[in-house]
Amino acid sequence: MDSALIPNGVRRCSINKFMIALAIAGAVLLWGVYAMFLCWFKGLNQTNMNDYYGFALWIWADLAIIALGGGAFFTGFLRYIMGKDELKNIINYAVLIGFICYSSALLILAIDIGQPLRGWFIFWHANVHSMLTEVAFCLTCYFMVLTIEYIPLILENKQIDKVPFFHHLSHNMHSVMAVFAATGAFLSFFHQGSLGGVAGVLFGRPFAFREGLFIWPWTFFLFTWSAAAYGPCFTLMVTKITEMVTKKKLVKDNVVELLAKISGWMMATYIIAKIIDTYYWANVTAPSLGFNIMHFYSNNSFYGLWILFLEIILGGVVPAAILITEKGRKNSLARNTAFVLAVIGVCVNRWVMVLQVMAVPVMSFDTWALYYPSWQEVATTILPVAYGIILIMISYRYLPIFPQEPELNPVD
Amino acid sequence: MKQEQGHSKAKKFGMVIDLDLCTGCGSCMVACMAENNVPFKEDETDKLKSITWMRIFKFSNGKTYPETDVCYLPRPCQHCEGHGGHSPCVSVCPATATDYDAHTGIVSQIYTRCFGCRYCMGSCPYKARYFNWFDPVWPDGMEQYLSPDVSPRMRGVVEKCSFCYHRYQIAKDKAHYEGQTEIEEDAYQTACAQACPVKAITFGDLNNHSHAVSKLKNQPNAFRLLERLGTNTKVYYVSGREWVRRAGDNYLKAEWPKKTS
Repeated sequence: MDSALIPNGVRRCSINKFMIALAIAGAVLLWGVYAMFLCWFKGLNQTNMNDYYGFALWIWADLAIIALGGGAFFTGFLRYIMGKDELKNIINYAVLIGFICYSSALLILAIDIGQPLRGWFIFWHANVHSMLTEVAFCLTCYFMVLTIEYIPLILENKQIDKVPFFHHLSHNMHSVMAVFAATGAFLSFFHQGSLGGVAGVLFGRPFAFREGLFIWPWTFFLFTWSAAAYGPCFTLMVTKITEMVTKKKLVKDNVVELLAKISGWMMATYIIAKIIDTYYWANVTAPSLGFNIMHFYSNNSFYGLWILFLEIILGGVVPAAILITEKGRKNSLARNTAFVLAVIGVCVNRWVMVLQVMAVPVMSFDTWALYYPSWQEVATTILPVAYGIILIMISYRYLPIFPQEPELNPVD
Repeated sequence: MKQEQGHSKAKKFGMVIDLDLCTGCGSCMVACMAENNVPFKEDETDKLKSITWMRIFKFSNGKTYPETDVCYLPRPCQHCEGHGGHSPCVSVCPATATDYDAHTGIVSQIYTRCFGCRYCMGSCPYKARYFNWFDPVWPDGMEQYLSPDVSPRMRGVVEKCSFCYHRYQIAKDKAHYEGQTEIEEDAYQTACAQACPVKAITFGDLNNHSHAVSKLKNQPNAFRLLERLGTNTKVYYVSGREWVRRAGDNYLKAEWPKKTS
C-alpha cells in the first residue's frame, strides 16, 4: 500500500505489521500524553517532587538524553570537520537520534516548569549569570541546527525527491552541512558544558560544587567530554537494537568499529579526568567545607559507594577498556556490552549530579530525603521513548537512513 | 535600582536569634504565615510540600538522659550575600526572578516573573525556598483576613521569606511623610521578631551601630549557618552551648574545637 514511499533497493515489513507496531508504541505515547496534560492542567502536584526535590526524574532524564544525544554533534564533528569519511554511513542515524533526544529534552522541560506559559521568560528576562540560561539558548539553537540537519534526510524520500525544488534543496543543504556540523559542535560544547555547570556552580551544595577555570566549574568540561565520549555509544547501541529488530545488518563493522574506537578513547581520557576530579573533590574540596567523603555515601538507605563504583568502574573504566582494544572492539558481544555499560555509566553520572545532590543533607541537623517518582512522572519520561521509537520506525521505513543497507541486504 | 533618598550608607537588614531562649513554640511560624499570606493545604501531613517561610528545626546533642539536650532553631531565608551579592539562588535564577538588593541586603522573589524551574531551590543549602505545588485555596471567608500588603502567590512559582519587605516599604513611606530621612529601628520589624514571646529574635540593620543586631552579632557565641560554604548570610545565631554552635556548620573530626587564627 505504501510501497511508493519506500526507498529503492530495500525491503520493509508489511504495512499491517508496521501499523500494529505503530499502534503499540502509540498507546504508550498516549499514556504519556495523558500524564503530560494532567501535569499541565492540574500542576506539578501530580508528581512526587517536593521542596527537597525541586529537581528530580525529569531533570535527570533531560541531562541523560542530552548526553546520549551527544552522538549527533560528535559524529557530525568527526565526519565533517575531522574528515572521517566512513562515518557518512551512520551520520544520518546519529542525527535522527540526536533530533529525537533534543526534541524530547525540550518537551520534558516544558512539562517540568511550574508556569509553562511563562517558559519564554528564560529568553526575555535572561540572567546571563545563570548556567540554565546558557542551556536554554544553546539547546534551542542546537535543536534548530539538528532540524536543519534532519530536513535533507526527509527530502530524500522517494516521492519528495521527485520534486525538482526539493531535490535541489536537499543537494544544496548537503553541500553546506559542514557549516551546520561545525555550528552544532560549537553549540553543543556550550550547552553540554553548561548542563554540567548547572550542578558545578552550586556552592551551597558541597556534593555538586567544583572549582574550575574562570567562570566554568570542572563539571562544565566533564559533561561536554562525557557527552562526546558516551553519545556515540548510544548511537551504536540503538543501531544494534535496530539491526536486531529488523533482523538486518545495517552498518558495516568497520564503521561501527571506527566510531567505537574513537568513543572508547574519548571515554578512557574522560574517565581518567573524572577519577582525578572525584579524587580532588573527595580529598580537597569537600574536606575544605567540612565534609568527609563518607558523609555523601552513608546514613541513608540508597546512596552508597556502590553508585560511585557503578558509574566510574562498571560504566566507565570497563567499557573504555573494551573499546580501546582491537580485540574488544572486534568481539561483537564484548563491544555491545561495552555500549550498554557506557550508556548506564553516563546515565548514572547524570542521576548522581541531579538527584544525589538533592538528597544529601547540607545542614548538620538536616536529614537525607529520598524520592521515588509518581506514575505521571514515569509516564511523561517514557513518552519521549515512545515518540522516539515511532519517529525511528517512520524514518527507517520511508527514508534512506542507512546508506549501506541495500548493499548489505540485496533484494532478490 | 532607584536610589533611596538621603541614605548615604547601604543597609544590611538581618537577624540575631538566641537559640538558648527559643522554646520552639512556633509563634514565629504562625505570625509569618498570617502576615505573608502563606497558603496551606487541607492535608499538611507531607511536610516536604508544606510552605513554611519560617521553619523551626529541632535537634539534640545525641546524648541519653540525663545529659540529653534539645535545640530549636528557627530558620527563615538567610538572605545570603555571598561574595558581592552573589547569593546561591540569585546567581542561578535563569529569569532574574530573584534579586539581591544592595541597598537593603534583602533577597527578593518576583513571583510574577518566576516560571517555576526550581533551580533556586536546588541551590539553597538551607532549604528556605518553597514551591507552590498546589493552587492557594483558603477556607471560606478567610480571604477577608489576608493581608492587603502582600500579594498571594499562584501555583507553579517559588516563594520564600522576604524579611517582611512590605513592612519596610510602609516604614519608608511613613518616614518620608513625617519628613525623616531614616527609619527608626522599631518602625521596621519582621512579624516573627514581634511575635516571639521570649524575644529570641532581634531584627534590624546590621550596619547601623545604634541597632541592637549590630552588637548582638559580635558576641563571642554568635555564629552563622554553613559559613564555610561562603554563603555570607545575614541571620546570626547565638548559643552558649558548644554543641549547638558546632551544629551550625560541618567540621571534620580534627577541626573541632574550632581553631581560631
